[in-house]
Amino acid sequence: MSENYREMWASLGLNLDAHQGLLAVLSDAYQNIYLSQKNRPAGMGYFDFVISEVHGLRIVELLDAKKEGKAIIGTFCVYVPEELILAVDGVSIGLCAGADVGTEEAEKYIPRNTCALIKGFMGFKLAGLCPYIESADLIIGETTCDGKKKAYEIFDEITNKVYVMELPNKKGEDGRRLWTNEIRKLAVKLSQVTGRQITIDKLRGAAVIVNAKRRALKRLSALRAHDPVPISGLDALLINQVSFYDDPVRFTTKLNELCDELDRRVREGSGVVPKGTTRLLVSGSPMAIPNWKLHSIIEGSGGIVVGEEACVGERNFGALLDEGFSTVDDALQKMADRSMGINCACFTPNDDRLTDIKNLSSTLRAQGVVHYALQFCTPYMIEAYRAKTAVEAAGLPFLRIETDYSLEDAGQLKTRVEAFIEMIRDGIVS
Amino acid sequence: MIAAGIDVGSRYIKYVVLDSGERHFWREETGYDPLSVCRRLIGDSRPDRVLATGYGRHLLAAETDLPTITEIKAVARGAREVLPSCRTIIDVGGQDTKAVLLKVDGTIENFEMNDRCAAGTGKFLEIMAHTLGFSIQEFGLRCEAGRQVAINSMCAVFAESEVITLIGKGVNREFIAAALHNSIVSRILPLVKRVGVVEDVVFTGGCARDRCLRDMLAERLRKNILVYEQPDMLSAYGAALYALDSTA
Repeated sequence: MSENYREMWASLGLNLDAHQGLLAVLSDAYQNIYLSQKNRPAGMGYFDFVISEVHGLRIVELLDAKKEGKAIIGTFCVYVPEELILAVDGVSIGLCAGADVGTEEAEKYIPRNTCALIKGFMGFKLAGLCPYIESADLIIGETTCDGKKKAYEIFDEITNKVYVMELPNKKGEDGRRLWTNEIRKLAVKLSQVTGRQITIDKLRGAAVIVNAKRRALKRLSALRAHDPVPISGLDALLINQVSFYDDPVRFTTKLNELCDELDRRVREGSGVVPKGTTRLLVSGSPMAIPNWKLHSIIEGSGGIVVGEEACVGERNFGALLDEGFSTVDDALQKMADRSMGINCACFTPNDDRLTDIKNLSSTLRAQGVVHYALQFCTPYMIEAYRAKTAVEAAGLPFLRIETDYSLEDAGQLKTRVEAFIEMIRDGIVS
Repeated sequence: MIAAGIDVGSRYIKYVVLDSGERHFWREETGYDPLSVCRRLIGDSRPDRVLATGYGRHLLAAETDLPTITEIKAVARGAREVLPSCRTIIDVGGQDTKAVLLKVDGTIENFEMNDRCAAGTGKFLEIMAHTLGFSIQEFGLRCEAGRQVAINSMCAVFAESEVITLIGKGVNREFIAAALHNSIVSRILPLVKRVGVVEDVVFTGGCARDRCLRDMLAERLRKNILVYEQPDMLSAYGAALYALDSTA
């Protein structure tokens, strides 16, 4: 990304010097973590390009879309149905942040002991470093955890763009009714903001697009069940991260092309690491871009990540939307039902997540589960206990990690991950 | 056949050489140039094979191409070798605390380790001993229980201000020393309880030299605790044993 975009960034009100610094750091990190990997599929070239243009060409596209009268809608949660955004010709962008940016600015508003993801999106905005937030016409929040819910109040004061959906705490009939109503209200809100009617045809078109994207992501997930694994966990994580802000149709085409290549690898029996490499499932808090810390530590320690039971991962694409709806309201109901099948730790009870972890471990042939909770992400930090009990009962080793985006604990994490991999390998030998 | 294990810790580098059935132990301060210390130790003994472990293992491996294992695997082997009944290891080193549970056959069943914070580690003890004017060697021998003094903060910086407040109130430094040891034990115990405690319990790492820490752990766990005479050498020893296996 170069000088050509400076004018655009300035027009969005970004802090140009700090932004330049951020891009330089990101580019170095990408070089070290991604481009240095061996045996990468050629199809990753597209995703490398997307990353290199993450604040460039993609922002040009968003601004062009705005000129055509399309709205840019920011989201923070996989419970918010992307189909509704597409049905009003909107562009859906995930705004979760995966880097320590603007921390001092963010801490003027929120406590130091706030999870890194929340501090990150506040910091990106406050330090003038996020062209996505600046381009957004509406930002949809949700009451998933206390941290987000309270931070959105402040975020709305700062941006004047936030609309918060009420996500229930329990999934019974009352919760389902509440959430269905919230989706109906969101439909009204989106129509107001964009001046467009939500019609059954628009919804059908949107459902086809988003389901195709989910199918491609499911296809990628299934390919990771092979041994040797045809793609690194780092690359798969990146693709999942990109799925939140790339154009969905183009993304799906490119991902399917990549999967064709991975199919060939599987047929030839070739992989990104040797057959028998220790296979780990990562489960827990979302890893927003550019949070590659844990995957990079695991894959730098001789293991391979074969799946993510996480919002940036299976929870995002695991269930398709039932396309057999006959009215607009029926479609909204089916969207609500679809998202009520996603198992986030903000719900109680959340036993289905434990089943998801066990099923995924078995489908992806994981030899151990690494539970990842962002520090101060209370729902996942506490649910780790029940996840551990369930995973160990299924006969798999479990490693519990709490961390943030900083690298100060990288040494300790590496020791723990290496020891976990040693333990799994020695367990197989003995 | 000479096999060696080197444990590059945050405070000390421990080096063990196994030469025709005999074992030799060395220990030196890590300091600001650990690579030179390692090179000198290894260079002097000329082993056929060396395995590196400890916090600085990757630094050394990057320079010398030595194979590495984690200190968790290493300490399990070392402790088991000298105390074969060992099932639970509490290892407290300079900046890490670990609890390791072993299966009957000696392989690792589970482990826990502190995250980023050095609270509950040897570094914390050192800072506090210094604040109270004790040497680290005498610190664990100068604790006196009997007066109710508590240190609540586990952060080295905040704990130090608590200590200063207590000194300012005229509390004997021996009482404060006991309170500090007690607070460290409070930090170590949750890790140990998470892995589960199965006897025999072995206490390893440099901090196992501290008499008071040992007694307090035993008292609060209500278990007998075994300590090898050179408890900080066991990771290096374990690494040396693995090095010996691979030369066999």
